[in-house]
Amino acid sequence: MARIIVVTSGKGGVGKTTTSAAFSTGLAKAGHKTVVIDFDVGLRNLDLIMGCERRVVYDFVNVINGEANLGQTLIKDKRIDNLFILPASQTRDKDALTLEGVGKVLEELSQEFDYIVCDSPAGIERGALLAAYYADEAIVVTNPEVSSVRDSDRVLGILSSKTRRAEKGEEPIKEHLLLTRYSPARVQKGEMLSVEDVGEILAIDLLGVIPESKSVLNASNAGVPVILDQQSDAGQAYEDAVARFLGEQRPHRFLSEKKGFLGRLFGS
Amino acid sequence: MNFLNYFRSQKKSSAAVAKERLQIIVAHERTTRGGPEYLPMLKEELLAVISKYVEVDREAVKIQLDRDGDCEVLELNVVLPEVESQAKLR
Repeated sequence: MARIIVVTSGKGGVGKTTTSAAFSTGLAKAGHKTVVIDFDVGLRNLDLIMGCERRVVYDFVNVINGEANLGQTLIKDKRIDNLFILPASQTRDKDALTLEGVGKVLEELSQEFDYIVCDSPAGIERGALLAAYYADEAIVVTNPEVSSVRDSDRVLGILSSKTRRAEKGEEPIKEHLLLTRYSPARVQKGEMLSVEDVGEILAIDLLGVIPESKSVLNASNAGVPVILDQQSDAGQAYEDAVARFLGEQRPHRFLSEKKGFLGRLFGS
Repeated sequence: MNFLNYFRSQKKSSAAVAKERLQIIVAHERTTRGGPEYLPMLKEELLAVISKYVEVDREAVKIQLDRDGDCEVLELNVVLPEVESQAKLR
């Protein structure tokens, strides 16, 4: 049986797809057979971030409607063994996904895979609910910014009430906080919420802090999950987060700015 | 140690303001969470009924759902206006 992980946030543009791509790649690299599913019907984007946009033939909705099987639809990653992508449909309307349909596809994938990563669309509408419904664990992607933190809190409310585990009264979804676009220098100046502030408000386990980094845009430009850029701070931070997810203890790096002599003297 | 701090004003940082605002709004939103979906509509209708008889401020009507063990308690709290205006209604 696979573990189902939803990558969610409520607010758009905080890094859900970047995280889904990085996380699934990290899990596969660690030797776990992983599939990452794009739940954003109508606004397909995971394929671009994963660099497989030209290999999409069928999509998630085709599978749900029985127009194609999973074998025809899953795209095998060319860089990493054990990694597969299930792209979202671009043309259909959002009602194309149904609770039963999604359940059946996840069930089938569960037989084959160790991890299923669900890249949720923004918002708290149908698509986001479906992405979260069957989850065993949730990665709540949050920026250190008021609207993102508030939306994350709303999403936590949904995870604990409107998902399968909540409805069946089973053990609740395991929630992890992933703080992205973190800028230690600005935190030090008092211009940005700190990881402690956000942790205190949301009160869930901290999985990792991804620093604001040029490497994220560079990686998406190239269609390479940023975790594969091992020289970059963001790539290393994602690698740490995946390792922690898999049970390893790793200290949080990138929580403070490296400074030279002048910086220490004059910086804040 | 950083000597420039000495010259900085003691104004609260924007991050501190953000944290404070968030703590308040999140706490508020958590109290309404988990309640049934009809609660806001129920509140509106109750407000409409009450204002048929007395002039009340929106803020004067508080409706809250509390959980007490297995029991759910719907608490309705209406602050009526000054006695004079009430007397007219009797």
